[in-house]
Amino acid sequence: MTLVLEQILNGVQLGVMLFLLAAGLTLIFGIMGVINLAHGSLYMVGAYAAAVTASATGSAILAMLAGLAAAAVTGMAIEYVVLRRLYARNHLDQVLATFGLILFFNQGVTMLFGRQPLFVDIPAALSGAVEIVPGVPYPVYRLLIIGVGIAVAVGLYLLITRTRIGMLVRAGATNREMVRALGVDIRLLYTVVFGLGALLAGLAGLMAGPITSVQVGMGEQILILTFVVVVIGGIGSIRGAVVGALLVGIVDTMLRAFLPTLLRGMMAGAEADALGAGLSSMGVYLLMALVLLLRPKGLVPAHG
Amino acid sequence: MTTNRRPLMALGLTFAVLLVLPFVATALDSTATISLVTRMMIYAIAASSLNLILGYGGMVSFGHAAYYGLGGYTVGILYAHFVSGDPLFGIIPGTNQFLITLPAALLVSGLFALALGALSLRTSGVQFIMITLAFAQMVFFLFVSLEMYGGDDGLIIRRPNELLGLRLRDELTFYFLTLGFLAAYVGLCGRIVNSRFGMVIGGIRQNERRMAAIGVSTYRYKLVAFVIAGMGAGLAGALMANHARFVSPDMLHWTKSGELMIMVILGGMGTLLGPILGAISLIGLESVLSGWTENWQFYLGPILVLIVLFARGGLYSLIPGLRGNGRD
Repeated sequence: MTLVLEQILNGVQLGVMLFLLAAGLTLIFGIMGVINLAHGSLYMVGAYAAAVTASATGSAILAMLAGLAAAAVTGMAIEYVVLRRLYARNHLDQVLATFGLILFFNQGVTMLFGRQPLFVDIPAALSGAVEIVPGVPYPVYRLLIIGVGIAVAVGLYLLITRTRIGMLVRAGATNREMVRALGVDIRLLYTVVFGLGALLAGLAGLMAGPITSVQVGMGEQILILTFVVVVIGGIGSIRGAVVGALLVGIVDTMLRAFLPTLLRGMMAGAEADALGAGLSSMGVYLLMALVLLLRPKGLVPAHG
Repeated sequence: MTTNRRPLMALGLTFAVLLVLPFVATALDSTATISLVTRMMIYAIAASSLNLILGYGGMVSFGHAAYYGLGGYTVGILYAHFVSGDPLFGIIPGTNQFLITLPAALLVSGLFALALGALSLRTSGVQFIMITLAFAQMVFFLFVSLEMYGGDDGLIIRRPNELLGLRLRDELTFYFLTLGFLAAYVGLCGRIVNSRFGMVIGGIRQNERRMAAIGVSTYRYKLVAFVIAGMGAGLAGALMANHARFVSPDMLHWTKSGELMIMVILGGMGTLLGPILGAISLIGLESVLSGWTENWQFYLGPILVLIVLFARGGLYSLIPGLRGNGRD
């Protein structure tokens, strides 16, 4: 039972990571109509910048700032140099150009830091564990990630429903042309939203560093899961991103944790582990197929 | 569609060059060229199949590698069971006869395209892109975890399949076999595109709502096109399995889907010749760049961005006399 609780928390923690990426991806799509495959690269950039800073300075605060800054700056640079020219294009062009960016970033990071994964230590102040219920210790660091995720979700909610920028974001998602016609500097809004999305991706990346290894390709791995989240939740919808992310995070973690054990009752250990790993990584895609059959627009569609 | 015969002439010329090329390469004693061009032609088949839905049908499928890989794995798995002697699922005996493995590969990839297409085509736009990508990735993870078929390492096919006493191990024989399949598949695509079915598919690309209003059941048309495209990719996969004598999850990886898309766009989508030109130039570019530097993707990436931003219509539109004769 305690193991189940622990795995649910792990699932929520993965869900938070996915939410941070999905929120940015879905915002960018909602406002600008752009599908950005390089979103995963921003996650990777954030993780690498934080990892390298942490090992050079030993300071977790500096590492965090470096990760956030690197992701945001990279994001805005991508927007300014490439994506700005693609807003009016079809999705195919956007996919191809951002695919090119992925090749560029992955190989660039390989050239700078090599193929070996980097490992990051959890900051000393956060390395302990607390008992969430008596007898169940859980790492402080993972709890912190969950806390950050809740804070970001609340912050985004307030930003979008209570502020002027949020109003413009909602208006832009409903009718881009009309917002522009009313005299809003839409280009600035685009850059701000893109920077925000990049910041969230970077935040996810730098927090993921101490949990998973920091390596080339980490971005695409989580990006494709993020796509599943966005499709399940409903594209363009932040609330959908919350629901989808938690669902995918928990389902994926639970399957990975318990399916191999279940299978081991039926076949040899090594084969059960391998097949279990394969089937559990298919689980979320089957979930997506199910959602598509029942609700083709996602669980929480953006408009109407 | 028009009286302009130039696109057909360009296509004929390309095939004429492909027909003569091995003799020149043999005369120059360059067998590596034959192998390279065989790879180009196999990718050309896969790219042509993607072009059918992407270029003519406007369906941006980002999971085409799944059908390509499944075609390859069908050949690989049947061969593995042929060698080991124990039947697949306890009933299907393994085989190394190309006349059996090829239809099997087409069947598997076609059925898979039917299942995934039936689900994915319920959506459109960005969702369709994400879903096709995600499902293809699912297939990738499945094969990574299938330890009995090599898992991450893939399957080695020691001897290519047998086909009517031909020596498929011979580079030249396999070259002409591939060329024959390429010609047949491109010919089939040409017939499809100019048929009533092709007209409907093109109409759906231009305005699906209008086609539906005329009374066309667009979902079914799109699904049939999706399955035909999936089978084309399966054909390419089966050929590649025999050419490389190796299949691995790499064939299913999402970057492979991306490469196929690039070939279509680079060459010129919605044209018969485009995907062939695209496959030849992308594989060519890769082999040139990788000869210069290990980090060739670092340069390929920005080149792609530039092509998307500035070279609309692909290489096809650069050929004199063909500009604007692509899709319209």
